[in-house]
Amino acid sequence: MPEQTHLIRIIDGAPRLVADPWQAVDSAAQWDELGSAPGASLLLPLVLAASQPERVRASHGPALGLLLAPNDDPAGAVPFLPHVALIGVQFPKFTDGRGYSSAVLLRARYGWKGELRALGEVLQDQLFALRRVGFDSFALSAGRDPQAALRAFAPFSGSYQGSVDQPLPAFARLASA
Amino acid sequence: MYRYTEFDQRMVDERVAQFRDQIARWQAGALSDDELRPLRLQNGLYIQRHAPMLRVAIPYGLLAAFQMRALARIARTWDRGYGHFSTRQNIQFNWIALEQAPDVLAALAAVQMHAIQTSGNCVRNITSDPYAGVAPDEAVDPRPYCELMRQWSTFHPEFSFLPRKFKIAFDASATEDRAATALHDLGFYLRRDAAGAVVADVLAGGGMGRTPVVGTIIRRALAWRHLPTYTEAVLRVYNRHGRRDNMYKARIKILVRALGAEAFAREVDAEFAFLEDGPGTATDAELARIAAGFAPPAYRDFSAAALGADAAALAAQGAAHPGFTRWMGRSVREHRVPGYAAVTLSLKRSGIAPGDADAGIMEALADLAERFSFGELRVTHEQNIVLADVARHDLFELWNAARALGLATPNIGLLTDMICCPGGDFCSLANAKSIPIAQAITDRFEDLDYQHDLGDLTLNISGCINSCGHHHVGNIGILGVDKQGAEFYQVTLGGVVGPDPERTAIGGVIGKAFAAEQIPDVVAAILDTYVALRAPEERFIETLQRVGPEPFRAAAYPQQDEARETENA
Repeated sequence: MPEQTHLIRIIDGAPRLVADPWQAVDSAAQWDELGSAPGASLLLPLVLAASQPERVRASHGPALGLLLAPNDDPAGAVPFLPHVALIGVQFPKFTDGRGYSSAVLLRARYGWKGELRALGEVLQDQLFALRRVGFDSFALSAGRDPQAALRAFAPFSGSYQGSVDQPLPAFARLASA
Repeated sequence: MYRYTEFDQRMVDERVAQFRDQIARWQAGALSDDELRPLRLQNGLYIQRHAPMLRVAIPYGLLAAFQMRALARIARTWDRGYGHFSTRQNIQFNWIALEQAPDVLAALAAVQMHAIQTSGNCVRNITSDPYAGVAPDEAVDPRPYCELMRQWSTFHPEFSFLPRKFKIAFDASATEDRAATALHDLGFYLRRDAAGAVVADVLAGGGMGRTPVVGTIIRRALAWRHLPTYTEAVLRVYNRHGRRDNMYKARIKILVRALGAEAFAREVDAEFAFLEDGPGTATDAELARIAAGFAPPAYRDFSAAALGADAAALAAQGAAHPGFTRWMGRSVREHRVPGYAAVTLSLKRSGIAPGDADAGIMEALADLAERFSFGELRVTHEQNIVLADVARHDLFELWNAARALGLATPNIGLLTDMICCPGGDFCSLANAKSIPIAQAITDRFEDLDYQHDLGDLTLNISGCINSCGHHHVGNIGILGVDKQGAEFYQVTLGGVVGPDPERTAIGGVIGKAFAAEQIPDVVAAILDTYVALRAPEERFIETLQRVGPEPFRAAAYPQQDEARETENA
């Protein structure tokens, strides 16, 4: 039996363990099959969504989400933003840092306000930086201690540079304080 | 120098606590070796040949005497009594136990130091001119800008897992590049524009390693306040598009080359357009706050009469002590303040690995700094120590004190002032030992008259192609290579760090590699060739550039047939 994965979301500013209604879809056939289920929440790879853009835009049944691979250009998600409820960013390895830039672009440039989830190899030592660049949802790697992860969001009480969570650098915040 | 604010102190203290927790989880089995690796690397800890090596940042090379004493204490308490000053203005300890590393980091934090991002695929320690703030040829003091960017890059959430390491250097001299800026991933050449405003010419894509590249200027006259946001643009382009499939092709230089420098610059500009004048832009107030930390020390205002008396005394001391004259010629540099000089203390002498210092020497250096130079020291990328603010009337006394410590070898910029990596004696990456080669050259050419006759010359030694010993830019470069399990040494000629990228060059391999014991003879043959061919007042590199490498190569390979087997060298 595979080890359990846990989902953490930032709710009212605090990390909480929550149930995960989202189902990953990896093919058009699977989309067809699951798409008819009432109340389904389907996470589609961006390439799949982009292959049937009309279907995404016209979808009134299941909630849809987009999953970006590390090399996906977040600009490709822009046309779908009004039609999806979740954007996931895949971290195949925790040392692959491309997803951090994807998050910054989605939040700061393309205006994504909805749930932004880190998936893949997501370990507690990344959570602080992931949250800073705009993630508010974290699918922990399987088998990881969720309680330890909940406590791992604030190893630092401040940051020098601005990012999505706080666009002002420390010097500007301190100056205006 | 810049002193930590409460906020700065909290950042390093919290970093220590974070790492202590990570080590504890690793010991408990909750963190695997693979998961710990990037975390420990970003705290400066490599697993080396003997034990984890701890690399401590000396930001832009600046060190207070009390910090040097703390380094001595660390060497004594947790290491084997010595450290190694590296070519990137870091100090490395070779025998730190991983379990004790958090205690060492805490000892560093207590003196406003850290090992943050001294390794790993992130923005590394920012390096600069060791004569910053005192050099007469300086357009602007680069240190406040370095510190601005040190803070900006510390724990940057978006750029902690780049494709590869990322090294930034600042140069602000019009006549020399004393930080090898052109060989960095990102280099800032600070200057003043026609209106007197501080601007940077920005270089990208330089680097050494197995594909040495002199970087390219991608932006001229960037206003200083854009340094953080422009760097953010560069790093975002690199983070997204740099190669991650092959670590040997993952540096930004490969991306810049693949796209072409102009196309790369356009990508950066397109990104920068979104950030320019945004909230990340640096402010006058912040620069002024940081710059206050680099205010000049309390220099004495010497009268013209006093300056004249100093000059006369120095002349008399020089006349009585030829060794002092020689040291003055090599180790003492002009200072922008009348009556002062910048002094380079040599860490290169027989029996000591280049850049090494034991705890006693570190403490003695701290003493000298307090006695003669307002309690500050600088570490150079050539692995020497600078006292930047010595009153000229103290020079003779300093010379005597330094001589007693073995720190007054008058070889700065000469043959035996070699840059050398720790090599196969310590480093697990190395293909070959480098320290014994440096030692053999030091012993063979210890005659100072000969060295002084040869004049300015750089000889750099790396134990492997990672090039920590900067062999690519040595006038003479020596690279350790492994051939079927045996150590050999490839020789390059013509490398040079010029004042700008156009006048910076990577050395060319002269032929097949040599056995270790051949190296002193090969160097001797190259030097003899120079002496035979040089024009009056012509430096080694100038002769080499004028006549080309062929006569040197011929001398190094007296057996012509041997020299032809160059392809596989």
